[in-house]
Amino acid sequence: MALAIKVNGTMQSVDVDNDAPLLWVLRDALGLAGTKFGCGVAQCGACTVFVDGKPMRSCTLPISALGTREVTTIEGVSGREAEAVQQAWIARDVPQCGYCQSGQVMSAVALLKQIKQPSDRDIDLAMNGNVCRCATYARIRAAIHDAARALEG
Amino acid sequence: MMRAQAFLAAGVAAVTVLVAAAVAQTTRQPTAKDLRPVPSFQNIADQQARSIALFEEAGKVLQHARCVNCHPATERPLQSDAMRPHQPLVVRGADGHGVPGMTCNTCHHAANFDAARVPGHPQWHLAPASMAWEGRTLGEICAQIKDPNRNGGKDMAALLHHMAEDTLVGWGWAPGPGREPAPGTQAAFGGLLRAWADAGAHCPPS
Ligand code: FES
Ligand code: FES
Repeated sequence: MALAIKVNGTMQSVDVDNDAPLLWVLRDALGLAGTKFGCGVAQCGACTVFVDGKPMRSCTLPISALGTREVTTIEGVSGREAEAVQQAWIARDVPQCGYCQSGQVMSAVALLKQIKQPSDRDIDLAMNGNVCRCATYARIRAAIHDAARALEG
Repeated sequence: MMRAQAFLAAGVAAVTVLVAAAVAQTTRQPTAKDLRPVPSFQNIADQQARSIALFEEAGKVLQHARCVNCHPATERPLQSDAMRPHQPLVVRGADGHGVPGMTCNTCHHAANFDAARVPGHPQWHLAPASMAWEGRTLGEICAQIKDPNRNGGKDMAALLHHMAEDTLVGWGWAPGPGREPAPGTQAAFGGLLRAWADAGAHCPPS
């Protein structure tokens, strides 16, 4: 099925199966490999993207269900929160192997867009669908607090 | 030699656990597949007894995993026919749709996505805490669903409409592979509750 979808601000045409998950359209059809496959069953968060600005697991969204909604991936995420998260991530050296991190960053940015000064509990509840095999959780939580403070100033 | 024995012992223990799990699976109470039709209750002469019997039949749906999983006793939903805590941890949040950064529709989209066994519906969300059914008796659930202070302000007409027509409730009969559908049909379930209401909407004593 030929489709036109908007990804990172640009209209793209893709020819894929109706039930292809958005994740594989991004990675295979569009070459946007920053979004990762971890589980394919909404259990790990590695595939998190924004759909109309809201975080979603792209592995469980068939492309036919996307409609006219706009997709933002790790390659295209921008704005104050994204910059603050990026800086905090670098300063704390958050990633270890890095595999889960694009999903972590997308979820962290989504959280900070909605809660300016998240508590530890806010962070835990927003982030616990993002699994990290290297267990960088403590650094992730600290970096989100750093980013929140930076956004405040 | 010692090491080989230890491996063997560990292997036997593992197999024992697996077999025990398999036995537990097969001995789990089978749930009803069908609902008795409303006319089959006509022979109960006493109106209150008939009303209660009708509610108890509808209770096969109300207490089914497809319904209870999203009417949990805590802030965390359940999942699967075995009603295990939802994985990953998610919570009800202020409006039943989760919390900022982790809402139901982060993972659950507008329809079931069978390839990933992830269920879906446009309004996928949890019932409010006042409508928790997990661990409650049918009598308690009955009192709860009739009480506008706890059922989201519904009068009887709105309640019956919700049960018989709401498409998220209806998902319980079309849950996709790997999940047992609720017994009967939504129409039959709605019919039982309408007959229960017509007979006075009496509740089981417990
Ligand atoms: S790949 Fe989508 S949640 Fe794991
Ligand atoms: S940094 Fe390795 S999986 Fe998270």
